[in-house]
Amino acid sequence: MTEGSNVGRSATSRPPPYVVEMRDIYKIYGSGATEVRALDGVSLSIRSGEFVAIMGPSGSGKSTCMNILGCLDVPTSGEYRFRGVEVGGLDRDELALLRRNFMGFVFQSFNLLPRTSALSNVELPLIYEGVRPARRHELAMQALATVGLADRAHSISAQLSGGQQQRVAIARALVTEPPVLLADEPTGNLDTVMAEEIMKELVSIREQKGITILMVTHEPDIARYADRVLFFTDGKLIRDGSPAEVIP
Amino acid sequence: MRALDTLGMSVQAIARNKLRSFLTTLGIIIGVASVVAMVHLGQSATRSVTEQIASIGSNLLFVMPGTAQRGPGGLRTTAENFELADVEAIRNEVDGILVAPALTTSATMVVGNANDTVPVIGTTNEYFSVRNHYLDYGREFEGGELSSGAAVCIIGKTLIEEMFLGQEALGANIRVGRTACRVIGVLEEKGESMGQDRDKTILMPVKAVQRRLVGELDVSAIYVSALVDGTTGLVQDQIESLLRQRRNPVNGGANDFYVRDTQDIAQALESTTNTLTILLGAIAAVSLLVGGIGIMNIMLVSVTERTREIGIRLAIGARARDVLTQFLVESIALSTLGGLIGLVIGVGGTWLVTSQLNMPFVISPTVMAVGFSFSVAIGVIFGYFPARKAALLNPIDALRHE
Repeated sequence: MTEGSNVGRSATSRPPPYVVEMRDIYKIYGSGATEVRALDGVSLSIRSGEFVAIMGPSGSGKSTCMNILGCLDVPTSGEYRFRGVEVGGLDRDELALLRRNFMGFVFQSFNLLPRTSALSNVELPLIYEGVRPARRHELAMQALATVGLADRAHSISAQLSGGQQQRVAIARALVTEPPVLLADEPTGNLDTVMAEEIMKELVSIREQKGITILMVTHEPDIARYADRVLFFTDGKLIRDGSPAEVIP
Repeated sequence: MRALDTLGMSVQAIARNKLRSFLTTLGIIIGVASVVAMVHLGQSATRSVTEQIASIGSNLLFVMPGTAQRGPGGLRTTAENFELADVEAIRNEVDGILVAPALTTSATMVVGNANDTVPVIGTTNEYFSVRNHYLDYGREFEGGELSSGAAVCIIGKTLIEEMFLGQEALGANIRVGRTACRVIGVLEEKGESMGQDRDKTILMPVKAVQRRLVGELDVSAIYVSALVDGTTGLVQDQIESLLRQRRNPVNGGANDFYVRDTQDIAQALESTTNTLTILLGAIAAVSLLVGGIGIMNIMLVSVTERTREIGIRLAIGARARDVLTQFLVESIALSTLGGLIGLVIGVGGTWLVTSQLNMPFVISPTVMAVGFSFSVAIGVIFGYFPARKAALLNPIDALRHE
């Protein structure tokens, strides 16, 4: 899993490899009359280096799709290949390793450990990787510097502003240098000024590191930062194209 | 994940909730402290009994008139006392022993203005070695004094302190009952034994007690000491058959005397204190169990409270076993900490009680090791269930938990 595809580094004119390939993905809750099809036969593929926004009204299945993409949830049926690996056959711990090694997560509600310093929060994924303390500290400081928060490293995360907390979360997501960043409504809890800052941050990180970004949002203004938009309704992917094409 | 980091995380979590951690640990502290203190006190009691028995005299047999009763201080039926001739017979016919007669009574002792009722033992010079109670200074009885029943006495240290008040006792004339009596020796200090102050006693020649104090020519007990270790059983058999012959008990049945081995008494007492120790330890172990349930309770609450945190950890790459280990280490750390504090308090409590009660301070590494391992085991056992609950959380549900 750790070797193989050179994500986002292909120098030739060939199109980059697929990071995500979904085929006929269903996610069904309940059964019979109370059956809810959160995802109703979704197929999609995303290439390395793309910045994809996933849009749709509430209950359209965009968050479910995100959770499955992030290996936080498993589909009821269908095929999901992440970097060429069929995820359906993996157990809990293998999924955890996949998340640890290849994905970074940013959530709407930041999800930092509240009574812990920004630095410790950013170090956390490295702890699970078994990185030694000195190296861990160095990498975490670098990540915090990338999002412009080096001077707040020792602040308790609950005392930071929303925008700062989200930037700490981004640093935490990026500290392990994952090829894919998954952001679930990253600006949902921020005002427009801060939201704009965060989006600029993401765009600049993408330019620097060439990583793939998958972002759920319901705000057209935010989705316009992406170069591709997937639009969900009733568990189905109904539109797929550039922001200009998809967003009315 | 490095072991040290797991430990660090757990310590952080414990430190973040100091009061709650302390209250959780309190159950274990009390449990371990009481187990350690109870068992140590029990062992200390056993040791003190053993020491007292040893101080009575080793390889010592008591020959008493009456019917043997189980346990010390049991009822005795009346039977005739022994005669000095019985003592002579034992001395002549049983090999490898020292034998001392004892006629025990009590009399008023008067020294100047002071007087007190004091146990008096009429005996011979063999008493010293048989009862393992020697002279501190002065001299033993002389042959003439023994055969004539002269009014001489050897007294214990307590009497020196209480009656003589610093005056020279040796050579002093005192009154014992209605007899004027000269002090010729002082016994070494022996302390308390089986609730009796062995230093508060007067020794006189057996014939002196017979004639001057009691007015009977008999002996109320015979003390026999086997010279060779492990022969008390044999000696006991020989004395029994000899005395049975001499006393010729009626009804052809039960002996009207009994021979009691101090070893038996020691064993009986030891088994009693051991039973008591086990009982107390068991009761204390229950409190340890309750402490363990307390840990489980708090850990379960903690898992619920930290569901979101667990979700975050799972999302950023913690495996189920990382979460399991973290919570398990947390509960083990709590119980281990409690165990250590409990050990200190338990040992301290033992020291306090033994020093107050003049008991020997016994510290057993085994008891401490067992108490401590128990506390660690409780951390594992009662921590596992909550830790497993945390580890098996679904990351999505955990993240959505408010």
